Amino acid sequence: MEDEQSFSDICGGRLALQRRYYSPSCREFCLSCPRISLRSLTAVTCTVWLAAYGLFTLCENSMVLSAAIFITLLGLLGYLHFVKIDQETLLIIDSLGIQMTSSYASGKESTTFIEMGKVKDVVINEAIYMQKVIYYLCILLKDPVEPHGVSQVVPLFQSAKPRLDCLIEVYKSCQEILAHQKAPSTSL
Amino acid sequence: MGLVSRGTAAAGLGPARAAVRPRPPDAVPNLISTPPPEGAAPGSSRVPSMVLKAFFPTCCASADSGLLVGRWVPEQSSAVVLAVVHFPFIPIQVKELLAQVQQASRVGVAVLGTWCHRRQEPEESLGHFLEGLGAIFSHEPWLQLCRERGSKFWSCKATHRQVPTCPATSGEDQVMLVFYDQRKVLLSQLHPPAALPDRQAGDATASAVGLAAVFDTVARSEALFRSDWFDEGPVRLSHWQSEGVEASILVELAKWAAGPICLLLTCLLSLVSAASACRMFKLWPLSFVWSKLSTCEQLRHRLEQLTLVFSTQKAKNPTQLMRKANMLVSVLLDVALGLVLLSWLHRKDRIGQLADALIPVADHVAEELQHLLQWLMGAPAGLKMNRALDQVLGRFFLYHIHLWIGYIHLMSPFIECILWHVGLSACLGLTVALSILSDIIALLTFHIYCFYVYGARLYCLKIYGLSSLWRLFRGKKWNVLRQRVDSCSYDLDQLFIGTLLFTILVFLLPTTALYYLVFTLLRLLVVTVQGLIHLLVDLVNSLPLYSLGLRLCRPYRLAAGVKFRVLEHEAGSPLRLLMQINPLSYSRVVHTYRLPSCGCHPKHSWGSLCRKLFFGELIYPWRQRGDKQD
Repeated sequence: MEDEQSFSDICGGRLALQRRYYSPSCREFCLSCPRISLRSLTAVTCTVWLAAYGLFTLCENSMVLSAAIFITLLGLLGYLHFVKIDQETLLIIDSLGIQMTSSYASGKESTTFIEMGKVKDVVINEAIYMQKVIYYLCILLKDPVEPHGVSQVVPLFQSAKPRLDCLIEVYKSCQEILAHQKAPSTSL
Repeated sequence: MGLVSRGTAAAGLGPARAAVRPRPPDAVPNLISTPPPEGAAPGSSRVPSMVLKAFFPTCCASADSGLLVGRWVPEQSSAVVLAVVHFPFIPIQVKELLAQVQQASRVGVAVLGTWCHRRQEPEESLGHFLEGLGAIFSHEPWLQLCRERGSKFWSCKATHRQVPTCPATSGEDQVMLVFYDQRKVLLSQLHPPAALPDRQAGDATASAVGLAAVFDTVARSEALFRSDWFDEGPVRLSHWQSEGVEASILVELAKWAAGPICLLLTCLLSLVSAASACRMFKLWPLSFVWSKLSTCEQLRHRLEQLTLVFSTQKAKNPTQLMRKANMLVSVLLDVALGLVLLSWLHRKDRIGQLADALIPVADHVAEELQHLLQWLMGAPAGLKMNRALDQVLGRFFLYHIHLWIGYIHLMSPFIECILWHVGLSACLGLTVALSILSDIIALLTFHIYCFYVYGARLYCLKIYGLSSLWRLFRGKKWNVLRQRVDSCSYDLDQLFIGTLLFTILVFLLPTTALYYLVFTLLRLLVVTVQGLIHLLVDLVNSLPLYSLGLRLCRPYRLAAGVKFRVLEHEAGSPLRLLMQINPLSYSRVVHTYRLPSCGCHPKHSWGSLCRKLFFGELIYPWRQRGDKQD
C-alpha cells in the first residue's frame, strides 16, 4: 500500500512524504527534499567566474580562469556528493529494527540501522534552533547500564526538517509498530 | 510435549494451506503456563508476539528440496539457516553429522524444518513426505519453506506442536524471510565486536546480542561448510562452498613459507636488538646523543614493529592480525618510498650538488644573523636601546657566530662523504630519511638554539628579579612556606637599594626583551619546520594502509552494521528482506586501526605555551620517550 502527501518544511519549502505499508510489521516513510534549483546554481557560478575574471584583468594570468573553472566543477561535484541530500527514508521493521537512509544528489546512500533491542522509544522533541522553536522526531536508545535511562538521542529527518503535521503522521505509524514491542515487556 | 497452543504462521498462497490458530488472549499466562520441556534451558521457549525471522542464505535459494539445517535463537525468535540437506539421506547419519558439527563449533546446530523447491507440477506426495519428517526431527517451531518454480514469492509456515486445549483468540504469527549472503557474512567482522572471544561457553550462553548472533553463528559453523558435493560423504549438503571449497594456492604457499621465514627474521632481529642494547651505547655522552636524535627514536620504533610482525606467535584475535598486517604494509611502503627517494638522489649526482650548496647556505644564514645583530646593536625599529648592554650582548653573540662559521668550514671537506652515507640510509625507509633531515636541521641551527637559551635565561632572570623587587617596592614579600604574598616591613636602606635595582632593571628591560623576542621567533621558526617533518613521519608511521585497502577492495570485511532492503512484495505472501553489509566509513577505519606512533608530540596547550614564553621559561617542543614530566 502506497500513498503520497505534500507537506512543508520549517523554512516553507515543499516536501513530499511517501508512505509504503509493506505489511503490518513493516513500514517505510520517504521524505523528498526540494531539488537543487537552477537559479542558485547559476548565481553561484556567475559570481565565481566574475570574481575570477576580475582577478584576471588585474594580474593578466590565464591560469586564474582555468583554476576558477576547476574550482566550480569540483565544488559542484563535492556539493552533490557530500552535502545535498535528496531523500530521507525511514524503514521500521517490527522486531528487527529501524533503518534510516539518506540519498545524496549524486546517488550515494548512507544507511544506519538500529536494532530493536536498543530502541527505547520514538518521540517528538522540541528544540530551539536560532530564533525558532522547531519540532523534530528522534529515537531514544536504551542505556545498557541503567534500565530506565536513555543513552543517546538519534534525530531523524535532519536535512528535510519537516513540520509538526508531517512528524505526527510518521510518529503515529511508528508507535503502532512499537506497541508490539512494548506489550509483552510491560506484562512481564 | 505439553505445550500450550499458539498461533502459527499464516503464509500460504491460498487459504487451504494456511493453518491459522489464533493466539490466546493474554500473553502472560502463556509464558507462565508453558513448562520448559525436560526442565531444560529457557532457550526452547519463545518470546510471544515477536515476528519469526528466518535468515536464509541466498546460495540455497535455487537448491533442491531437502531439510533445513541451522540454529534457532529463541531470544530474538529467529532461525538462522546454514545449509540444506538433500534427499536421499538417512536420518541417523544426519543426526551424527550435526552432533559432530556441534562438538567442533559449539554452535547448537539442529534440523529446523523442510525446504521445498517445486520445479514441476505440484507434488502432493512430496508435501506429505516433508510433513512426516517433522516427526523424525523434532524442533520447536518447525519451519516449512516452499518455493514454486518461476515464482518470486515464497510461502513459509512455522508450526508448533500443540495441544489444543486453550481457547483461541485473535492474533497470528508472521514469518519474515531475510536473505543473506553467506560468504560475506562469514568473512566479515562487526565493529564494535559484540560477541566475546570466549568460546568455552556453550551455545546457550553465547553473549552475542541481536544481529551479531547471526554473524557469530555463521562464523563459528565453518565445520559445516567444509564438505562439498564432490566429497563422497553420507550426507549431501548445499551451502556457499558446496560447489567447491574455496582456496588459493598463493595463500597456502605463503602460510607454508611463513613459518621458517618468520623464524629466520626473528633471529636476525633479536641479534640486531641485542647489538643495540650492548653496554657501549649506554655510556653517558653517547646515550645523551642517542636520546636527542629523532633518527634513533624512529629506528627503535621500526625495530619494535618488525619484531612484532615477524614474531612466531600467531595472532590471537582479528584485531591483532589487522595490526600486524598494517605494520607490515606500512614498513613495505616506507621502504619503497625510501628507495624511490634514493634513486632520485643518486641520479644526476644530486648528492654532490646538495653538498656543494650546503656550505654556502650555512654561510648565508650566518651572515644574515650577523646583519640582524648589527641591526639590533643600532636602533632597531626606532627603539632606543641601552648602549652598553646592547654592545655587550651583541658582541657576545657575534663571537658565537664567528666560532660557528669556523666550525662549518672545518667540516666542509667531509660533508659530501657524510651526505652520501646518510643518503644510503634512505633505503631503510622514507621515515628514517626524514628523521635524518630533521636532525641535520637541528644540528645546523644549533647556534640559534644556543642564542635562544642565552636570551631566555637572561630574560627569565630579569623577570624574576623585577617581580621580586616590585613586591619590595610595594612593601610585600613572597612567603615560601605559605606560598603566598605577605606584607613585610623593610628597613630604609633595604628599600633604597631595592628601588634602585628595580629602576635599573626596568630601564634595561627593553634591550633584553628585544633580544629575547628575536631569538625566540627564530627558534620557533626552526621548531615549526621540524614539527612539520615529524608530522609527516607520524603520518607514514601510523596510517593503517592495509585496513584502508581492505575497505576499498573488500568492503564487506569491515562491517559497521547491516542494512535491509525490502524485496518485491505481494499481499498475502510473507515479507522478504535482503540483508546487506553496511561497510565501515573511512574515518572510522583510520580511527579504529591507527597504529601507535612514536609518541613525540607537543604536550603544551596554547595557554601554557604563551605563559612560558612570557616568563622566559625554556620550551622543549616535544618530549622524548622516557623523559619525566615536569
